[in-house]
Amino acid sequence: MALPPPDPQFVLRGTSAAVHTLHFSCGGQEPDIPILFSGSENGFIHIWNLKTHRVDTVLDGHGRKSVYYVETMDGKDRLLSQGRDQRICLWDLAEGRTSVTDSVFTEHVGFCGCSLLKVAQGRWLMAIAARGLEEVQVLELPSKTSVCTLKPEVDAKLGMPMCLKLWQLSCGSQPFLLAGYEDGSVVLWNVTMGKALSQLVCHQEPVMSLDFDLEKAKGISGSSEKVLSIWSLNEQQNLQVYKTHKLVNAGISDITIRPDKKILATAGWDHRIRIFSWKKVKPLAVLDYHTATVHCVSFSDHRNPCETLLAAGSKDHRISIWSIYTQT
Amino acid sequence: VCFIPGGLDCSISFVSHVLGKVCIHGRQKEVLGTLVPRLAELTKADCIWQRICWRLLECVPDRWMEAVVLGFVQRAPGADVLSRLLGNLVVKNKKAQFVVTQKVLLLQYGHTTEVLQNLLGYLSLDSLRRALLLRVLQELLETWGSSSAVKHSPPEQQLYISKAILICLSHLKEPEIQSCRQELLTSMMEGVKCHLDSSLPQLRRLGMVVAESISSRINTEGPVLKFEYEEDDETRELKSLLVQTPPLCVAPSLPDDQSEKADAALPLVPESNKKSQTAAPVMPDEESDAELDSDDDLIPYDMSEDKELKVKAPVYIRDCIEVLTGAEDMDKWEATVKALESLVRRNPAATREVSVELAKILLHLEEKTCIEGFVELRQRAQVAVLTMDPIPVSQYLTSQFYSLNYSLRQRMDILDVLVLAAQELSCPKFRGKTKHSGAQKPHIQLLPGSDSSKDWRRIVDERIKSKTRRFAMGQCHTELASGPNEFNSVAGHFFFPLIQHFDRPLTTFDLLGEDHLVLGRLVHTLAVLMYLAVNTVAVTAMGKALLEFVWALRFHTDSYVRQGLLSCISSLLLSVPAELLLADMTEELLETQSWLGDVVEKDPDGDCRRRALQNLLLMENLKKKLEAVPS
Repeated sequence: MALPPPDPQFVLRGTSAAVHTLHFSCGGQEPDIPILFSGSENGFIHIWNLKTHRVDTVLDGHGRKSVYYVETMDGKDRLLSQGRDQRICLWDLAEGRTSVTDSVFTEHVGFCGCSLLKVAQGRWLMAIAARGLEEVQVLELPSKTSVCTLKPEVDAKLGMPMCLKLWQLSCGSQPFLLAGYEDGSVVLWNVTMGKALSQLVCHQEPVMSLDFDLEKAKGISGSSEKVLSIWSLNEQQNLQVYKTHKLVNAGISDITIRPDKKILATAGWDHRIRIFSWKKVKPLAVLDYHTATVHCVSFSDHRNPCETLLAAGSKDHRISIWSIYTQT
Repeated sequence: VCFIPGGLDCSISFVSHVLGKVCIHGRQKEVLGTLVPRLAELTKADCIWQRICWRLLECVPDRWMEAVVLGFVQRAPGADVLSRLLGNLVVKNKKAQFVVTQKVLLLQYGHTTEVLQNLLGYLSLDSLRRALLLRVLQELLETWGSSSAVKHSPPEQQLYISKAILICLSHLKEPEIQSCRQELLTSMMEGVKCHLDSSLPQLRRLGMVVAESISSRINTEGPVLKFEYEEDDETRELKSLLVQTPPLCVAPSLPDDQSEKADAALPLVPESNKKSQTAAPVMPDEESDAELDSDDDLIPYDMSEDKELKVKAPVYIRDCIEVLTGAEDMDKWEATVKALESLVRRNPAATREVSVELAKILLHLEEKTCIEGFVELRQRAQVAVLTMDPIPVSQYLTSQFYSLNYSLRQRMDILDVLVLAAQELSCPKFRGKTKHSGAQKPHIQLLPGSDSSKDWRRIVDERIKSKTRRFAMGQCHTELASGPNEFNSVAGHFFFPLIQHFDRPLTTFDLLGEDHLVLGRLVHTLAVLMYLAVNTVAVTAMGKALLEFVWALRFHTDSYVRQGLLSCISSLLLSVPAELLLADMTEELLETQSWLGDVVEKDPDGDCRRRALQNLLLMENLKKKLEAVPS
């Protein structure tokens, strides 16, 4: 007899706008408080204290234009945020400060979130959708120099890049980029050489979000259609479709695999969060709390796996926090 | 008939005379039946025989030439045989030329396609005769393109001329077409305009096929004219005429077979294209079962509540009105449109409160998102509203029919809705049924949304058939369930407002002028309403008004309108009880009878003639019926 799905552990209210992006920063030791960053459509970034469940700080750096990506660089004192004002802002949040130390003007008018990869101490690679329609630019931070521009062939007709993920097998090895495009294909790029290694048509509709498991060389992508596509990377660096999973309702905004690679969560246009096992993509739970499209899902990075949380931000202005499948 | 070969000069004019005389007396079949095959064989290789044959025909006196030439053209098994037999007769003999180029093509139209193929093929086989071919094409195009010909000549003749044009086109070579390209283009443009103006779908299709063919021949590179129409046997046959295959010994139906095969090959190609497009994913290895399955410790939760997200349609009619007029939420709008008909039918009281408002909204409702079957959904909702509250809604709809600023499509929609609702009201069995299955009722089969003009004809035909059978065999259809006829109280409201203002033109709508298509539909609608009004109280008044209406329009030039008028008369004769007909409308009926007689003899449209004949039969039956009843 299957149990009914759990209720959210708690719900964060107060953004007064649709929540587009979430990022946890809970890895710090005591007395550091666990924090959740959220970016909203009204241009604010809220820093939530997960002990008190209240907003500690509000950051306003994107001219009231929607913030659609936030991520921390080296702990919770340095934040990167990307907004619809075509800017990426780097924040210094140490000791209660809230200042923008640097910004990058991307000239990108779409919704493609950037992707960060730490390549060395104090050095990151950032992949952003650039000015050219189909191009992805890789910059080095903090120098903001361009490493390369990844341009698909003229007749490839991939459309805009929709989602990006930079990865490398181990620190110091070659960085790669997985990019999902408007025509439904996922392309694997070699960043150092600046050329495409493999292209796979995963969906008939634009790829909305993707995530990749390094160890198993397996990834998953979601689209505006009813299908989740799971693909793998073989030794020749070729992408192959592994399997597909048909959903009940069409439309996935976000997919994320939990850091322990056991489960993954999808944020759906049908207001529901779905949990799958990562190994076989077996449906495990359907969390039906929100009353509008769920825009983003994110897993926390708690050191203690029993405390791992799942957060989901929705168009209904609420962030739901769940504790699910935390026993190992 | 034997001749002495070998250098003797013979005169065969005597034979020609005999041949001519026999043909003119109507014995073409017998004589030519034996003569033509024999001559065909003899002339196959031997030039002397050929010349003898030519001489034979040239000597036929002019007054008998037509019969002989016609006979040969009909008998010859192919254009090349005809060419061997006739030689350059058409060039040398004026009468033969007239028969071949004018009489057979333009003045007659009863010949088969084979005859046309033979004739035109014959003209194309010799350079001397090709000039005639071009002239023939020009004259055919002139006739095809003349608007009065399109309006007044019977459809069979128009089909014949179209076939001739297509065969001519198939015989002409590139340089010849280039030389007369400009004239071809002008005639095509004029002709296509007249054809598209016609109210009969068959003529429109003919025009489209011929125009497409001409365009494809004159524009060998670059875009060609392409119309959208439904393919049927006729269009396929016409298109097959464009392709000429070299004549073989086999029967000339071969070109048709080849093009049929080509047609069959085409649908296979796109199917195989579709199949190759679906990419087959690489199947995962089955050995994953052997892996350590640490997923087993993750127990799924109950997911039975996880169903497809369905947008709920409103449950109250007033809510529907709000959604349809506000329409910000497209999902809700779609759900409302789909649910409206059943909501209306289940809540008659609530519908009656807002019926006119709903009718107004539905009349102006446009397709905002892409729903399947939007037109049908809207129509069904309109019919439902009209049947729930007939009087105010019919008043609204009939008044809107004659108002400014509606499109022709909307006006015709009004007519369709009135008819469907009338049918529903008059037959209690159909109340609320969404599918009109033909099995239930033997004679009435009105399918919503289909081409209404064909159905009216079918209904009236079947009713006429059932009526005429009655005298011989008595009632042969099953008894139907009875219930009160709800059309009774409202028939007048449907009928009279429609008939009132037909002669008053508005700035955007002139029934008696350009909008004769709508007039045709109106007339057919009135015929059906009349038919459905049988056994109602208002039927006699309706009949009288209808008779006057028909009388005013009886000489209309559009054959579709005339067909409708004749349907009106049929409905009238079937619906109004015979005694009342003869009591109230005797003189009008007698005048109508003489008009019907005229139509039977002189109307160019075959359909009109048939219907007029049926009406006369009905009138005869009426008379007999009344005489049979002892007074």
